[in-house]
Amino acid sequence: MSGQDASQATPLVRRWPYLLPLVLILALGGVFTKRLVDVEQGLNPNVIPTVLLDTPLPSFDLAPLPGRGTSLKSDDLKGEVSLINVWGSWCIACLVEHPVLLDIAASGEVPIHGIAWRDEPDRSLAWLAERGDPYAKIGQDPRSKAAIAFGVVAAPETFLVDKQGIIRYKQTGPITAEDWRNKIKPLIEQLKK
Amino acid sequence: MKTFAILIAALCVSAPAWAVEPQEMLKDPALEVRARAISKELRCVQCQNETIDESGAQIARDMRILVRERLQAGENDDQIIAYMVSRYGDYVRLRPRFMNSTLALWIGPFVILLAGGFVVASRLRKGGKNPDPLTPEEQATIASLIEHGERTP
Amino acid sequence: MIIEIGHFALALALVVALIQSVVPLVGASRNNAAWMAVASPAALVQLALILTAFATLIHAFLVSDFSVTLAYQHSHTAKPLLYKISGVWGNHEGSLVLWVSILAIFGASVAVFGGNLPPALRARALAVQGMIGVGFLAFLLFTSNPFLRILPAPEEGMGLNPALQDPGLAMHPPILYMGYVGFSMAFSFAVAALIEGRVDAAWARWVRPWTLAAWMFLTTGIGLGSWWAYYTLGWGGWWYWDPVENASFIPWLTGTALLHSAIVVEKREALKSWTILLAIITFSLALLGTFIVRSGLLTSVHSFASDPTRGIFILVLLAVAIGGSLILYAVRAPQMEGGGLFAPISREGGLLINNLLLSTAAATVLLGTLYPLFTEVLSENKISVGPPYFNGVFVPLMIPLIIVMAIGPRLAWKRGDLAGALSRLKFAAAAAVAMGAVSLLINGVRAVDIAGAGGLAMAAWLAVASLSEWVDRVKITRAGTWQRISNLPRSAHGMTMAHIGMAVLIAGVSGAAAWKQERIQTQSPGQTVEIAGYTMAFSGVNMVKGPNYDAGQATIVVSRNGREIATLHPELRSYKQPPQQTTFTSIHTTFFADLYVAIGEAQGAEGAFVTRYYYQPLVPFLWYGVLLMALGGLVSLTDRKHRVGAPRRAAPTVTASVPQTAAAE
Repeated sequence: MSGQDASQATPLVRRWPYLLPLVLILALGGVFTKRLVDVEQGLNPNVIPTVLLDTPLPSFDLAPLPGRGTSLKSDDLKGEVSLINVWGSWCIACLVEHPVLLDIAASGEVPIHGIAWRDEPDRSLAWLAERGDPYAKIGQDPRSKAAIAFGVVAAPETFLVDKQGIIRYKQTGPITAEDWRNKIKPLIEQLKK
Repeated sequence: MKTFAILIAALCVSAPAWAVEPQEMLKDPALEVRARAISKELRCVQCQNETIDESGAQIARDMRILVRERLQAGENDDQIIAYMVSRYGDYVRLRPRFMNSTLALWIGPFVILLAGGFVVASRLRKGGKNPDPLTPEEQATIASLIEHGERTP
Repeated sequence: MIIEIGHFALALALVVALIQSVVPLVGASRNNAAWMAVASPAALVQLALILTAFATLIHAFLVSDFSVTLAYQHSHTAKPLLYKISGVWGNHEGSLVLWVSILAIFGASVAVFGGNLPPALRARALAVQGMIGVGFLAFLLFTSNPFLRILPAPEEGMGLNPALQDPGLAMHPPILYMGYVGFSMAFSFAVAALIEGRVDAAWARWVRPWTLAAWMFLTTGIGLGSWWAYYTLGWGGWWYWDPVENASFIPWLTGTALLHSAIVVEKREALKSWTILLAIITFSLALLGTFIVRSGLLTSVHSFASDPTRGIFILVLLAVAIGGSLILYAVRAPQMEGGGLFAPISREGGLLINNLLLSTAAATVLLGTLYPLFTEVLSENKISVGPPYFNGVFVPLMIPLIIVMAIGPRLAWKRGDLAGALSRLKFAAAAAVAMGAVSLLINGVRAVDIAGAGGLAMAAWLAVASLSEWVDRVKITRAGTWQRISNLPRSAHGMTMAHIGMAVLIAGVSGAAAWKQERIQTQSPGQTVEIAGYTMAFSGVNMVKGPNYDAGQATIVVSRNGREIATLHPELRSYKQPPQQTTFTSIHTTFFADLYVAIGEAQGAEGAFVTRYYYQPLVPFLWYGVLLMALGGLVSLTDRKHRVGAPRRAAPTVTASVPQTAAAE
């Protein structure tokens, strides 16, 4: 260990540049650690958080499924709290969510409007006929116009809209019974006041 | 949530990657060139790290079509990108905006270069005044080169 | 039974690695020769054990032993032999086994070829190498065990992702890892030198061949990955600035800087602490590169499935390896400064600017790659940093680098003659101007044409400058040229080749970026499409059978001025297990350009298909350039003074200042 004495003689001022890489690496390590902790605590790194919270609904006017009521218009949604669910008969995760939507519809707490995303009308209807129909109104969105306006990435996604037509909550992925009980239902009760 | 992520992943992988398709393309070549350029600035929101121009995902395709419809409606490039950003956030923008949270990103390289340049310059100044004298061998070489009238590169 | 032997061998390897990392280190500090001597046999035994484990895994894949979970998940009986073998490393666990195998190979080669190293330095370097081994063997055994069984054994395997069933991609990971892991040698020597408190010219000369070898493999590996992306992904892109690509490119940049700064240490004993830092950083970035995509920290199209527990293990491992070495650096490096002084205009000055620009480029790419993570963690704001950013900040850094690359080799050590160097660059300058002008004349003056012409001009500048420097050195116009060529150190030839390779690469990048043409259309059998003066006649799609897929194979006849040039057969493949579709492109290469063809989906019942044609000028130059650079590395590596362990510490400074050698580098 030839240089030991020299190293002790080096004043601190001259040494700080040599500490810099360590400091930078520690900072980087801190960021990495926080990220891992976040992921561990349930953050899904693949979800893109919506930028639409607390903004007005995009305007849309979507044709109904044949033989199933009137069109779904953004203007008609004002005046009551409602859920808008983006779904498709091709969507596997929607199957998981479907029973929960049926329960919500049966409870009468809130109307659920559907956006039939990138789907054939016949298939949408057949899917609903087989599994039950929780939706108040359904609008078709064959070319993703409304889906893009809502910033949708993958079905199912659900938006909670208040009386003024402002988006108050977004669910990415299927709504579970727990999500409904713990998050969405309390929020609806609050918004109804 | 986990199954959901897996489903997204499965969707991305199993679709063969088809970028722009002929049916989507605009008749007007000038508009089409602009459409391609805009598509290269926007990120596919479903798959990781692809532009919508390259992506085979359905949503990317629908975004490409929307870009072209808005171009035909007379919007300019910035308006179209701004619309996509208003829907999906800064995530879709592959060229990050210059704003507070990207300050370090944009000026970082210059700061690093300047700081490094400062260190290099001070190091060079130190040696600039009197570099090491030539060794006897080097002087001998120079002498012999001068004698023979040529230079080593 | 066989696979259990592999498991046992790997566990034993961990024990041996532990011994290797402790005993020689203690021996070196107590000056105990017997303890130091443990290092070499330990490295060899560790290699034997790890290769045994690797062999048992390959065996399981070859005989399709699906009771081994890994083989079940990633193999299939109908897979061709090559992909049974490459399937071993086409997944997280198996690729780690490959990683530790290569680490052990490098460690063992120090043991075998390092006979001339001072015993203490060798013992310490091998001990550090052993510590890296301990970390990754433990990671492998405790979080990513590849030897698990499932009972009862399934009848058939799940198959390998078809995208990975490709000869280019089969070879990509081993070569890339040779590069990544090769930098562990520079790291181990750097840490050993920090422990010893001594860095000198001899040290640099021991480190350089390892760095050169690693650099050569990394260059080839990155090139191979890019080539694979080019011909498989179906739209002719070759670089995407994806996190995984960046992860290999950043250590390449710092590794290139290291290669050059080590020359300064070797010749002039200057830049010592900086070179040590580069050695540490380069391997740290290689570690980050291999593992960050597995930790769930960054997501990428190419990444293996990630797992948070693994993430935490990796983070601890990286913290110990990088943090530990940097603490040692902060303590010991200040005493290592000093060394030769030099004027701003000198070979050293040029190499310093090279290091400044390469390090800034590396830091920039790292910043862009990690920035989305920073904003998300610190502000929960999700942003993307894509190709427009990287191209925008990277290219301006490369321009001064290329200018300096031409001037630097013409400057003398200590104090150079800038005016003299510039005057001998007049041919290069003339070539650059001529190339730019010709390009503008031929291609026009749109913005892309100007950028492209600028790129070609830079390429001409660098190529002519490098070549003329070599020509001047061998004095080609005089008698005795062959004698001078063979007297010149191989490393000088290597440098010239690598620099010309860089020029060729720049030409490729410029051409591909500026003048790519494409035609995408629905084409019926019998119809023709024109692209860049070529006529593409499509005559329909036939079904063909591959070993484990069915394919629609198109026939496209390429002709120019009525003369047939080539027949191309792009395919659309449907793999059976796992059921996936992939494109298989077909490329006709002239020396200067590629005609790149892919087919898409069927359109209607008349046999029409979507066809994609790309004319890619100068793209072949990308591969020539990478090849030349790697070959330049190889030629340098055969230089007598780089023969591993050849130099002795006895007389380093004398040889370092003999002018002939100095001028040669």
